[in-house]
Amino acid sequence: MKRFLDAILAIVWKDLLAERRTREIMGAMLVFALTVILIFIFAFDLSVEMRRKAAAGVIWVTLCFSGTISLNRSMSIEKDREGMDGLLLAPVDRTAIYFGKVLVNWIYILLSAVIVVPVYSIFNNTSLVSWQFAGVILLGTLGYILTGTLLSMLSVQLRTRDMMLPVLLFPVVIPLLLAAVRASTIILQGGAASEFHTWLLLLAGYDLLFFAVGLMVFEKIIEE
Amino acid sequence: MLNASNLFKSFGSRRVLRGVNIKVDRGEIVALIGVNGAGKSTLLRILSTLTRPDGGRISLDGNSIREDPIRVRQRIGVVLHSPMLYGSLTARENLQFFSRMFGAADSEKRISMILDAMNLSSRAEDLVRTYSRGMQQRLSIARALLHDPDYLLMDEPLTGLDDDSIEHLIQYLKHASQQGKAILFATHDLERACELATRADTLHRGVISDSLPIDDITPEKLRERYHQLTAVDQSSNTERHTR
Repeated sequence: MKRFLDAILAIVWKDLLAERRTREIMGAMLVFALTVILIFIFAFDLSVEMRRKAAAGVIWVTLCFSGTISLNRSMSIEKDREGMDGLLLAPVDRTAIYFGKVLVNWIYILLSAVIVVPVYSIFNNTSLVSWQFAGVILLGTLGYILTGTLLSMLSVQLRTRDMMLPVLLFPVVIPLLLAAVRASTIILQGGAASEFHTWLLLLAGYDLLFFAVGLMVFEKIIEE
Repeated sequence: MLNASNLFKSFGSRRVLRGVNIKVDRGEIVALIGVNGAGKSTLLRILSTLTRPDGGRISLDGNSIREDPIRVRQRIGVVLHSPMLYGSLTARENLQFFSRMFGAADSEKRISMILDAMNLSSRAEDLVRTYSRGMQQRLSIARALLHDPDYLLMDEPLTGLDDDSIEHLIQYLKHASQQGKAILFATHDLERACELATRADTLHRGVISDSLPIDDITPEKLRERYHQLTAVDQSSNTERHTR
C-alpha cells in the first residue's frame, strides 16, 4: 500500500513541478475560465438577482470547459514523449497512474475554482463563498475529474484527441452536472435542505461509482 | 533466466511474431539482430510487459509475467526507442521521479552514482529538454539502471551515442554482465554487437531463425547473414507485388 501511495504522490510531484516551470496548463485554464466569466458578465445586462440565479450555471460551465484543458494536456504530456511507457514499466499497480493523474487534475480544477468563484462574486457584487458551496464544488469537480481522466486515457490514443474528449466526456457527466448545478442553485438562492441533501447524495454516489469504475477498468484501457 | 516460448503477436492482419522462442540466462549478453520490421521492438515490448502477446508464455526466474507482472517489472530495466523522460524536469529530478516510482532503495546515493557512471553529473541540474539526443539516450539508460535490475532489455541502446560514450557503455554493460546481469539488446550495429554480445539471435519472419555464439562469428559473417535476410525479404516482397 505504501508503494502504491508513493507512486501516486510521485506522479503528482512530477506534474506539479513541471507545471511550475512551464505554467502551460494553469495558464491556459485561467485565461479560458476568466474569458468565459467576463463574456457572461458583459454579454447579458442582468439584474443582481438574475446574476445570482445564473451563477451556478455559469460557474459550472466555466469549470467544465477549463477542466477539459487540463485533462487533455496532462495525458498528452505522457503520450507525446512516450512517458506513459515509463510509467507503465514501474513495478506498482497501474491504477496508481490513474489516481495520480486524478489527483493532479483535481488540484488544477480546484485552483481554477478558487480564482473563478471570487472573480464572479466581485464582478457581480454578490457573495458566493460558503462552506456548503465549497463542498459541492469539491464533490462535483472530483466526479468530473474521475470520469474525465479515465476517458482522456482513451481519447489520447486517437489522432483527434482534443476533439474526442469533450464528445466522450460531456454525455457521461450530464447527471453529475445536473446534480452539481441544482445543489449549487439551492445554496445560492435558498431552498429545501432535504432537496439539497438528495443532490449531494447523487454527487457522492456518482463519485463512488466512477472511483470503482476507474479502479476496475483503467488497467484494461491502458493495455489496449 | 528469462524464458519466452512460442510468442505470437499480430497487428491487424500482419503477423509480426510467429512462435518466438528465446532464452537469456544470467551473465549472458544477447544481441537481437534482424532487418527493419522484423519484430525486434515488438518482442522487447512484450518481454518488458508493455505489450500483451496474442499467445505464448514468458517467465523470469520461474515467475510468469502474466501472473506476477509487478515482481517481473521490479527486476527488469528497459530502454526503448523513445527516451521516456520529461523535458521540463532536470536529469536529477527525472531520476528522482523514477526512483520513487520504482521504490529504489537509497535513492539519492544511487542517482549520483548512476549519473556519474553515465558521465552526466556535470549536467545533472539542467533541464532534459536542453540535452542532445546522445545525452538523452545516456539518461534513458541511467533511468533503466536506477533500481539495479537483474535483466536489461534494450532497443538500439547505442543509437545517438558518440564513440566515447559507446565504448564507455559497452564496458559498463560487460561489467554488469560479469556481475550476473542478463542483457538482451536489439541492434543494427553488427560490429558493436560482436564486441559486446556473447550470443547473437536473429529474428526473421517472426521467429528466431539463428542463434549463434558470438565467439564463432565475425562482423563480416554477421553482415553477410544480414544481407541474405534482406535479400530474402526483398525477393518475397517483389514476388508479392508481381502476384
